[in-house]
Amino acid sequence: MRVVIGLCLLAPFVAMLWVGSYAKTDPVFIGIPFFYWYQMLWVLISTALTMIAYKLWQRDQRARSAAKGGAEQ
Amino acid sequence: MNDGVNGVALAVFIFFFVLVTVMGFLAARWRKAANEHTLDEWGLGGRSFGTWVTWFLLGGDLYTAYTFVAVPAAIYAAGAAGFFAVPYTILVYPLIFTFLPRLWSVSHKHGYVTTSDFVRGRFGSKGLSLAVAVTGILATMPYIALQLVGIQAVLDVMGVGGGENTNWFIKDLPLLLAFGVLAAYTYSSGLRAPALIAFVKDTLIYIVIAVAIIYIPIKLGGFDEIFASAQEAYSETNPATGAPRGALVPGEAGQWTYATLALGSALALFMYPHSITATLSSRSREVIRRNTTILPLYSLMLGLLALLGFMAIAAGVKVQNGQLAIPQLFENMFPDWFAGVAFAAIGIGALVPAAIMSIAAANLFTRNIYKDFIKPDATPKQETAVSKIVSLLVKVGALVFVLTMDKTVAINFQLLGGIWILQTFPALVGGLFTRWFHRWALIGGWAVGMIYGTVAAYGVASPTQKHFGGSAKEIPGIGEIGYIGLTAFVINVLVTVVLTFVMRAVKAPDGVDETEPRDYTADAGDPGVQVELPPATADSKH
Repeated sequence: MRVVIGLCLLAPFVAMLWVGSYAKTDPVFIGIPFFYWYQMLWVLISTALTMIAYKLWQRDQRARSAAKGGAEQ
Repeated sequence: MNDGVNGVALAVFIFFFVLVTVMGFLAARWRKAANEHTLDEWGLGGRSFGTWVTWFLLGGDLYTAYTFVAVPAAIYAAGAAGFFAVPYTILVYPLIFTFLPRLWSVSHKHGYVTTSDFVRGRFGSKGLSLAVAVTGILATMPYIALQLVGIQAVLDVMGVGGGENTNWFIKDLPLLLAFGVLAAYTYSSGLRAPALIAFVKDTLIYIVIAVAIIYIPIKLGGFDEIFASAQEAYSETNPATGAPRGALVPGEAGQWTYATLALGSALALFMYPHSITATLSSRSREVIRRNTTILPLYSLMLGLLALLGFMAIAAGVKVQNGQLAIPQLFENMFPDWFAGVAFAAIGIGALVPAAIMSIAAANLFTRNIYKDFIKPDATPKQETAVSKIVSLLVKVGALVFVLTMDKTVAINFQLLGGIWILQTFPALVGGLFTRWFHRWALIGGWAVGMIYGTVAAYGVASPTQKHFGGSAKEIPGIGEIGYIGLTAFVINVLVTVVLTFVMRAVKAPDGVDETEPRDYTADAGDPGVQVELPPATADSKH
């Protein structure tokens, strides 16, 4: 679980810092060059990934505290 | 541009300004606590803010008027390179998801108000804490000054900035008024004032962006037209450099700069005292994590806003000072009344962060300089009194800075501030995860990073400036052009690691760590964590 959370948080770094992968004009979307709409799209993708990470983390916490509570009893 | 005062726009602007002023003073009564004379109350809003208030506060705090003016201005000036602000804000959120909740927990447990409080508690070193505090204050001051520059740009375009030949007092009167009012309600209401005003600011900003991004392209004939004329403008040769003005897409050489600027700025953002102040004012750990999932909405807005830079080119806006490009675009494109709304959005957008920044700088001074070095037995009431006065002084300082010095000085210092603040990262974030670093090694790394960053930035020339011409320089050993702040940060970490080995080898005394591992994951309501906070001075007694 923690690995998946880590990957969700790491993915935007790989995508955004690899500038060469998106430094181009085509394909154009409603007149906006690829360079710009691709990065705006990543705002949405990274938001979704952070949200997934948050949900997974919540579940992880719950599972851990349940396991801990069970062990103590 | 100074073709008289735009009456309608000015009236709308003044209406909103009066509205937020009233709100600012009334804010003192909002969610008032029993004991208002503590720094927790005045400087952190009672640490009571929920998800939405925190969202508005952080958004109002991080996406400042200067951002609104400067990001599209950078696009207007050079194209793609200015768009790094978008990946920068994308990277911020995964980062803070990992470390801010830990900072929140440990601060809540021990009553820390500033990052320096934490550093002192963790490493038992007043010296290191002082270094972090001074860096924070130095980096924040020019940032406040730039908010004034943002207001000035709006006033100029509305025609109340005055021409070259007006008396300086008349010329600066509107700015003085705006800041007098800001100072008064920050003094009386503390962090509650910007939190409440942020609602108005963001609502206005969202409306303006939504309208601008639909209305202006329709008037200009669509995005195809806009990017075509931008392409044309960028390919024209700049007489000063002999190179094209800019590019729609960064070339091979610019890509390292782009990536390092995005990463370095992302690492630096939450080192700024005002971001931490807004974070610590939230009610729980959950609030912060939840906020990392909704704050990116602002990044989307920032991206759209950046596109306005292209629209300014397409609309034929010609300004000498790039800062005026966006206000001028609004003035040209919108009907007067809506231009007034847009200007109000920028103007109020400057007030919110300026208030939070001055509070954050004041907290740093009070907790980590006044209390640690001048008057160790200060009561919470005295702390609050000092903080209030310092918040005034900080703003007066920023005002003097803007009025007496050239605008480029403020921008240069802001650039340096970003490089400097990044050098506190190892002590703060390093400290949140490990106690391995030695306190003296951290001071050493910080000093080397600060010196390298300052010297390197000093040496960057641009066509218009001999020094501080930009924030990117060749990275030693790699040979690519990269963000100086990030290079300095890497050197900082290397020095810290090496020195830590040395310190451990010579058995230099390690400071006392007053925190425990479980402090870093504590949440409100957990056993041992009081929902009601201990007074801010509790930690000084042991």
